[in-house]
Amino acid sequence: MTTLTYRDALNAALREEMRRDPNVFLMGEEVGVYQGAYKVSRGLLDEFGPMRVVDTPITELGFAGVGVGAAMVGLRPVIEFMTWNFALLAIDQLVNSAAKMRYMSAGQVGVPAVFRGPGGAALQLGAQHSQAFEAYYAHIPGLKVVMPATPADAKGLLKSAIRDPDPVVFIEGEMLYNVKGEVPDGEQVIPLGLADIKRAGRDVTIVCHSKSVAVSLRAAEQLAAEGIEAEVVDLRTIRPLDEATVLESVAHTHRCVVVEEGWHFAGVGAQVVDVVQRDAFDQLDAPVLRVTGADVPMPYNKFLERAAKADPEKVVGAVRDVLYQS
Amino acid sequence: MATKVVMEALSPTMEEGRLVEWKKQPGDAVAVGDVLAEVETDKAVMELAARVGGTLLRHTIEEGATVPVSAEVALIGSPGEEIPPPPQVTPDDVTARARTAERVLAAPDAEATQPSPGRDRPVSMPPAAPARAVTESAPPLAPTAAARATPAAPAPPSGGRLRASPLARRIAAERGLDLARVQGSGPEGRVVARDLDGVGAAPAASGTARGAAVARPARIAFPAEGFTDQPLTQMRRAIARRLVQSIGPIPTFYLTAEADMERVTEARAALLEAAADGPSAAVKVSFNDVILKAVATALRQHPMCNAWWEDDRIRLWHDVHLGVAVAIEDGLITPVIRHADQKSLREIAAEAGELAARARARRLAPDEYTGATFSVSNLGMLGIDEFTAIINPPEAAILAVGRIEERPVAHGGQVALRRRMRMTLSCDHRVIDGATGARFLQTLTGMLENPLALVW
Repeated sequence: MTTLTYRDALNAALREEMRRDPNVFLMGEEVGVYQGAYKVSRGLLDEFGPMRVVDTPITELGFAGVGVGAAMVGLRPVIEFMTWNFALLAIDQLVNSAAKMRYMSAGQVGVPAVFRGPGGAALQLGAQHSQAFEAYYAHIPGLKVVMPATPADAKGLLKSAIRDPDPVVFIEGEMLYNVKGEVPDGEQVIPLGLADIKRAGRDVTIVCHSKSVAVSLRAAEQLAAEGIEAEVVDLRTIRPLDEATVLESVAHTHRCVVVEEGWHFAGVGAQVVDVVQRDAFDQLDAPVLRVTGADVPMPYNKFLERAAKADPEKVVGAVRDVLYQS
Repeated sequence: MATKVVMEALSPTMEEGRLVEWKKQPGDAVAVGDVLAEVETDKAVMELAARVGGTLLRHTIEEGATVPVSAEVALIGSPGEEIPPPPQVTPDDVTARARTAERVLAAPDAEATQPSPGRDRPVSMPPAAPARAVTESAPPLAPTAAARATPAAPAPPSGGRLRASPLARRIAAERGLDLARVQGSGPEGRVVARDLDGVGAAPAASGTARGAAVARPARIAFPAEGFTDQPLTQMRRAIARRLVQSIGPIPTFYLTAEADMERVTEARAALLEAAADGPSAAVKVSFNDVILKAVATALRQHPMCNAWWEDDRIRLWHDVHLGVAVAIEDGLITPVIRHADQKSLREIAAEAGELAARARARRLAPDEYTGATFSVSNLGMLGIDEFTAIINPPEAAILAVGRIEERPVAHGGQVALRRRMRMTLSCDHRVIDGATGARFLQTLTGMLENPLALVW
């Protein structure tokens, strides 16, 4: 075990995969000379040279399209978006090209590309730079959506994403890059589509992903002080969704709260609720509740921004509700 | 302001009570705890005690009347105060309620559902139902089965629709509970899982309930101590899930063994002779008493058979509390011999006789027929060779004992006539595996065939 930041865990995954497979290359704004807007690609230009660490102009649609084409002819591009807020300009390439190529070519042409970068809110970046878009991509058949919460998961899942034969949307968190955690030494590949129980408990299942995992774990700490044992299930991969782990947990706790950073309407949590109500109906002792971001553009004002985000207090409140303790 | 005295649920399965005799008359001063009346429940005659002090203002019902639980039976207040007219309770209330419950449970929600505007914000549930008046509380069956705000029996709230969580409905179906009788603690009176803790089986309104030999013992009046809860291993979980799919809520299997009763017969004759002019000559040790003693002793060595299935865990009891099935006039009841493993044969014989007599006189208190860890049912005296008894949940097993009969068997290389007795152990496979039950029966048979082991 080594203690690494989330940023360095991603860097280690990129470095290991680029050494392992000469077809893997990194492309995006500021990934080379500047070492990455968030320093995820530190040292990669020196080691792999400008053919494999490619700085691009500010052209999200353009370089995403180049990435899709490169993948179609057999390379394995890792496309970095400075943030997923800017990647909206490239969504046509992801939705209309990357996601559909295998289907529309009758299986002849795949797109083994990874699109990665930070998503969600940071601190006071305003409404246009604080958005969680995972539901947009999870909605599309043909795209896989991966959202690690810890350094170890970040490394193991990025390696899986790079090796995956299909396009993977890999959403990191700006507020996660400095998070430190234990990362196993040596080759650790975490398969896509496996949730992880970050804390075991018997009274309620809290389903979460990415930055909501830390929020949920803090809520679980508070609840534990009151004798309520929450089980925190980190989805890790939004699509494919690990329904079995969620259902098994709910079968054992009989109550469920789903936490996410994004908006409520048609969010990722809605899909989880659907699975639970359909396949664990007889196990439920209470409605499944969701804790989400407020249904507004993210305010710039510090206090309003805090009020708009999902936080441990809101999770604790929802848990009390499903335990009929409010 | 006068306080109502209500018909209390004095047993876990009581739906209605008959007022046998008033002990206090209108005008009498009453202190908290004073016995107001004797009430006959479905199992016994119990005392109805005053929960408030004051003057008894009126008998709302006459001696001999039967009313549903939580109906008003009397008023206590200050002398001369104005009192409300008595409520109209018809004898049909109870059955009408059961019929309503059947309809509710049998039919899906009959109310037309209105399309509602989509909610695009985090949902918060409505606040829970307001606190209920404590003056009309039933005895502490369970923390939530307490007070009811209406003098009528707890009808399903809101226009006949019964609100219950899916989990509560499932548990009720498994245990044969009538949800209409349960006071829900969730929003708008929704019955949730915790409301069913300690609620006994009702004459099932739910059609899906499986007949149990005896009503499920509610967890009342029985101290929850002296056990170890064993978390379920994945293997136990898998065994439980698969077997329930195969056979129903309690996956039961049966093991039969035949014990040679020659030595028990001799030992019992010798005991009766020895005790004939002793201080406890009145206590006649029966074969059943010997069997109870042997069962209790054998259970000490087989803790898995002295256990409860508790849905998410197995409760291993540290002491043996033996339920003894006693047939009474219109049913049966299982009085419990507490700490049977620590009692002598004489104590067990005396207690079993005394409990059985009071059971037949319907004078058992709820804590005397709940909380068994293992049960024994003996139909030998009725000439039954062998039978299978139905498990009394949450217990994990029950022993069915047949008659003692001379049969030709191989004995010491010869065919000999020997007194033999067959016993069948019904096991809940979620707790007890075949070999586990078999080993217990082996121990038990060995003890009966060599009764000196019981005093070792």
